Amino acid sequence: MNENPRSFPPVSTAAASHRHLLWLVLPLIVLVASVLWLLQTDPLRGFNNGAPPVENLTIERTVLDEGGLRMLVRAGGSEPMTIAQVQVDAAYWQFTQEPAGTISRGDTVWVAIPFPWVLGEAHKVTFVTNTGATFDHEIPVAVPTPKVSGNALVSQALLGSFVGILPVAIGLLCYPALRGAGRNTMTFLLAMTVGLLAFLLVDTMNEALEFASQSAAIFQGSVMAILTAVASFLILVAIGRRHGSPTGLALATYIALGIGLHNFGEGLAIGAAFAAGAAGLGTFLVLGFTLHNITEGIGIAAPILKIRPKLVHFVGLTLLAGGPAVLGIWLGSLAFAPHWTAIALAIGAGAIAQVIVEVTALVGRSESARLDYARILSPAAFGGIAAGLAFMYVTAMLVKI
Amino acid sequence: MLRWAQAALSRRSLLLGGGAATIGATAICSTTTVAQETHGYHAAAGTKGAASRPSHQSAHGAMITVGSVDNERNGFHPTKMLTDWYIGTVTDLPDGRKLRTFEITAEDKEIEIAPGVMFPAWTYNGRVPGPALRATEGERLRIVFRNNGSHPHSMHFHGIHSARMDGVPGAGVIAPGDEFVYEFDARPFGCHLYHCHALPLARHIHKGMYGIFVIDPDPARHPDYAEVAKSRFYGSPENAEWQEMAMVMNAFDTTFDGENEFYACNTIAHCYAKEPIKVEKGRPVRIYLVNITEFDPINSFHLHGNFFDYFDQGTTLTPTLRTVDLIMQCQAQRGILEFTYKEHEAGLYMFHAHQSEFAELGWMGMFDVVETLS
Repeated sequence: MNENPRSFPPVSTAAASHRHLLWLVLPLIVLVASVLWLLQTDPLRGFNNGAPPVENLTIERTVLDEGGLRMLVRAGGSEPMTIAQVQVDAAYWQFTQEPAGTISRGDTVWVAIPFPWVLGEAHKVTFVTNTGATFDHEIPVAVPTPKVSGNALVSQALLGSFVGILPVAIGLLCYPALRGAGRNTMTFLLAMTVGLLAFLLVDTMNEALEFASQSAAIFQGSVMAILTAVASFLILVAIGRRHGSPTGLALATYIALGIGLHNFGEGLAIGAAFAAGAAGLGTFLVLGFTLHNITEGIGIAAPILKIRPKLVHFVGLTLLAGGPAVLGIWLGSLAFAPHWTAIALAIGAGAIAQVIVEVTALVGRSESARLDYARILSPAAFGGIAAGLAFMYVTAMLVKI
Repeated sequence: MLRWAQAALSRRSLLLGGGAATIGATAICSTTTVAQETHGYHAAAGTKGAASRPSHQSAHGAMITVGSVDNERNGFHPTKMLTDWYIGTVTDLPDGRKLRTFEITAEDKEIEIAPGVMFPAWTYNGRVPGPALRATEGERLRIVFRNNGSHPHSMHFHGIHSARMDGVPGAGVIAPGDEFVYEFDARPFGCHLYHCHALPLARHIHKGMYGIFVIDPDPARHPDYAEVAKSRFYGSPENAEWQEMAMVMNAFDTTFDGENEFYACNTIAHCYAKEPIKVEKGRPVRIYLVNITEFDPINSFHLHGNFFDYFDQGTTLTPTLRTVDLIMQCQAQRGILEFTYKEHEAGLYMFHAHQSEFAELGWMGMFDVVETLS
């Protein structure tokens, strides 16, 4: 009666369990048989009410150059689709499709239109399928898609440095001043890191979902973004806790990694905005970004206040946290499909969630090895979280348009 | 955080801000050069394209639909439709008048309205526009109409007839499978039209149920303008001198959102741009033109390099407008255009709606004026 169900003896030996696998053939046979039956006899014919097939087109990349417009188009209909004609600004234009012919569900083609686009103005591309359905694609501001060139890479790197590297470096420069911090100040600084990371988490996830919503339906954007974030979180936690909760330099590195991944996603999006024709980036905006991101550096510095890292560590942390912004802008400006940006942002969100957990644990453990989450509600910690959130929120106003 | 980037997309304010120096401008510093290269290319592309395309297509560059329509499958050819008059069968009535009988069948048919684009049309005799009916003033007309379509349909003629023959609900709108005979006298002479008047009207018209209906003047009844009347009288030697064409300006809303995706003259977008209409220089041209475009209040006809005389509704033998190169028509308005290329050099002369949008969405074509038709 008191038999523990977990302690049933194995029903068969190892050799027999292989034979068990043979039973997998049964479901397989049923599956194949039902597919064959469905294809052969078409019993669902009755549902065919004469309605045209559902069609869907997603325009993933738009490249404007001296040859006109080129677009990467993904089909997502219930049946293979045909692009019959293409309008630009309500006029039919000759176009070439590569590869030509019908587009299978989930496949992509490049559509090239020799259209004399006008710098700085808006254009609307309309794809007309063979059933007469139309799919519009807005080019809000036509600018040439950045190309890989020495000049462009340097200026994009400069922008990335302002947005990503400089603020982290400035934050880390506070390190000597913060070294003498007492227990409460420590708690405050760590809690502030939690606050700013919480802000970044919400912001990053929000952006990931926004990009996900622009991606083709076949990718199930929001599910993809959330699962990616969760997976990224779990993997990083698993790696980080191989030798217990990370502290000191290890924790600082994880924070830098999380912020770096976030900055990578942000860089992708900035690059994509350039590619899609975002107007100018005002000096004011860029400075706003710098100010907004300074706390990131302070956050990285917080866990290493009690140890004595080498200078090379600071350089490494700065590049790890800020450098990906440069990479992101480089890649993003090549007009990548929105689902890639969504995935990058989601990975960043997972990484941020990981460091939130770890830094919170550190706050709860500060001064004593015993974890005590009640410390998080201490005035210093509470004030820190509030300060971090408030600082991020207020400085974000500088860059909101 | 990237709201700025997305907002900037729709707001030119940053770009136009002027005063503020922008790092962005340096960040994408190659903008100006690339843009200039771009515009250099367009000029080059024009010349390159012109060499590889037939001359009549170089006139509009790359701005045209791609591919060609399968006219065989459609069962009608836009070039043949220009001169494909349906004169019916003529018998004598006891009172000495002529009785002209037309047979028209309504049917559902999927047609290709532009290369690769299918449209679920409702048709008269399997074509859009329906057959171009032609009769003579004073005849008795009998139109035997059968509805093989999936919806109630009718034929509502613009002409003089009794209420019973009007083709509106209660007077000639018939259910699928039914038959109705419209009977009335052919008057007044002119360039008219017929269309389905079942409800909802807009849907029945724009699905393709319309056609041109020409009543020629009887020369005997117009002694003062006998020569003019003879020239319009189908089958006369005077009429044979003219190069007559039936043109119906129409459009198709393939997404059924109340806005047309394709405009055309005789259904097929760009048909006469891809296959210019041959015109013999020495002989005058007469166009019977009808506008049946749904959803847009007006349509127009503009002729390049030439002027024409216009007979609004064709009910007069003297022009109602002289020496114009553009006329406007509201829906169901129609008229006759007369012009000649006698004094012109041979070449391609464009004609199109002068609503640029209509022209660019398919309603443009070319006359290929030649010395003699081979």
